[in-house]
Amino acid sequence: MKTPLSEGDVRKLNVGDVVYLSGIVVTARDAAHSRALSILKSGGSLPIDLKGLAIYHCGPVVDKKDDKWVIVAAGPTTSTRMDLLEYEFIEKTGARMIIGKGGMGSRTVEACKNFGAVYTIFTGGAAVLAAKGMKRVLDVHWLDLGIPEALWVIEVENFGPLMVTIDSHGNNFYDSISREVYRRLREEIYPKIGVQG
Amino acid sequence: MLDVSLDKRIEDAIVMLLKAASIYLPQDVKNALIKARDLEDNPLAKAQLDAIIKNCELAEAEGKPICQDTGLISFYVSVGDEFPVKGALADILRRATIRATREIPLRPNSVDVLSGKNPGDNTGRYVPHIDWELIPNNSELKVTAFPKGGGSEGPCLAKVILPTEGLKYAKKMVLDAVVEAGPKPCPPTVIGVGLGGTMDFAVKLAKKALLRPIGVRSDVEDIAKLEVELLELVNSLGIGPHGVGGRTTALDVHVDCAHRHPASYAVAVVFNCWAVRRSTMIMDSKGNVDFITHKFMNELWR
Repeated sequence: MKTPLSEGDVRKLNVGDVVYLSGIVVTARDAAHSRALSILKSGGSLPIDLKGLAIYHCGPVVDKKDDKWVIVAAGPTTSTRMDLLEYEFIEKTGARMIIGKGGMGSRTVEACKNFGAVYTIFTGGAAVLAAKGMKRVLDVHWLDLGIPEALWVIEVENFGPLMVTIDSHGNNFYDSISREVYRRLREEIYPKIGVQG
Repeated sequence: MLDVSLDKRIEDAIVMLLKAASIYLPQDVKNALIKARDLEDNPLAKAQLDAIIKNCELAEAEGKPICQDTGLISFYVSVGDEFPVKGALADILRRATIRATREIPLRPNSVDVLSGKNPGDNTGRYVPHIDWELIPNNSELKVTAFPKGGGSEGPCLAKVILPTEGLKYAKKMVLDAVVEAGPKPCPPTVIGVGLGGTMDFAVKLAKKALLRPIGVRSDVEDIAKLEVELLELVNSLGIGPHGVGGRTTALDVHVDCAHRHPASYAVAVVFNCWAVRRSTMIMDSKGNVDFITHKFMNELWR
């Protein structure tokens, strides 16, 4: 798939699909989400228009060579930390894909459904593998937040595999796994150790 | 004069130690990941483990950190009372951390709690964290570097339960914590469990248990049995690598216990992501170094 992604592009995707992305991804973690929302709520604009782009929950290891930033390692961070803010973030920025790890909750599922976006996961910790799909750093904003929290604008080519775990139709892959895990815990494990739920 | 050069040798060795930890997983962890992949029959889980193993090979080939989260730096230091450098060690470890951050490079991860400012060099108030042990009648310095990622800190917890609830509720706490954590700490994890003592001591025992190699059981028979039981229960949950389902949710469970107060029963559960990065070196009083977890580093050491 290529950015900018259209609503039609992401509506075709279903939970379990594996995609590779080319184009532009922009990293944003906790602090960047907070700052972006406070700017957008007060009527300001972000240093980069995120419409149709992919947001990557990632704080990379970077190096500066000949005055140019180089990505050394850039795997995903735990997405649940951004869960509280993602609904509004997707609504207000028009981003079409969120890339992270560890899954996201029901509010993000709602946002993906209402505004046409997907949440995909990249293998957590596989940071050198992730960097292989990154061609170059196009820009960086908000370095005052520190390197992990800055907005890194990265050109990617065949970045992936990215597995769709929240689609735009209200499905969350991790929900079905989680239901089964809780069932095993209560019905099979608790009796084995002699406790009640 | 000798001590000045020994200071520098320690600093250089610590930079290499951090490099070893950040780039090269210890052999026991690599073996456990490969074993988990070979055991796996869930294709989604197998794909996650394949990506993990491929990533580790790439990290080694390219000399890059395994994960972009290069952790909050911790050192476990055992220093012999006859080792010539002691008082200066904290400063040396701090200097080595700053150098390693620049030279490897590492991601600057230390953030001021109140202002949110990141000094950019992985140091700060009480950071790098140093755990000290003084060894009597000994002339060696032993240092373990343990840069642990933030994702696996999130689900860690500690609680003082009622002694009447006892061990079965301690087990419940471990299993509930694993289920609640789900995919967040980057499974397959290594889980450290600390029981007894006071709450802070239980956490320390749990954390130190993570330093034990995968597959090595406690030398206390009852604790070893508990480890095997918990590992089997955790892996029967079916959370799997990165939570996509599958056989291996934890690579191992390590438990340690301290005697407790009659009125309290502290339980601590800590997680380490699959990238269990630890490296240990021993230096003698002349400055000769043995990187005992990463022997190939000895060749590079001058």
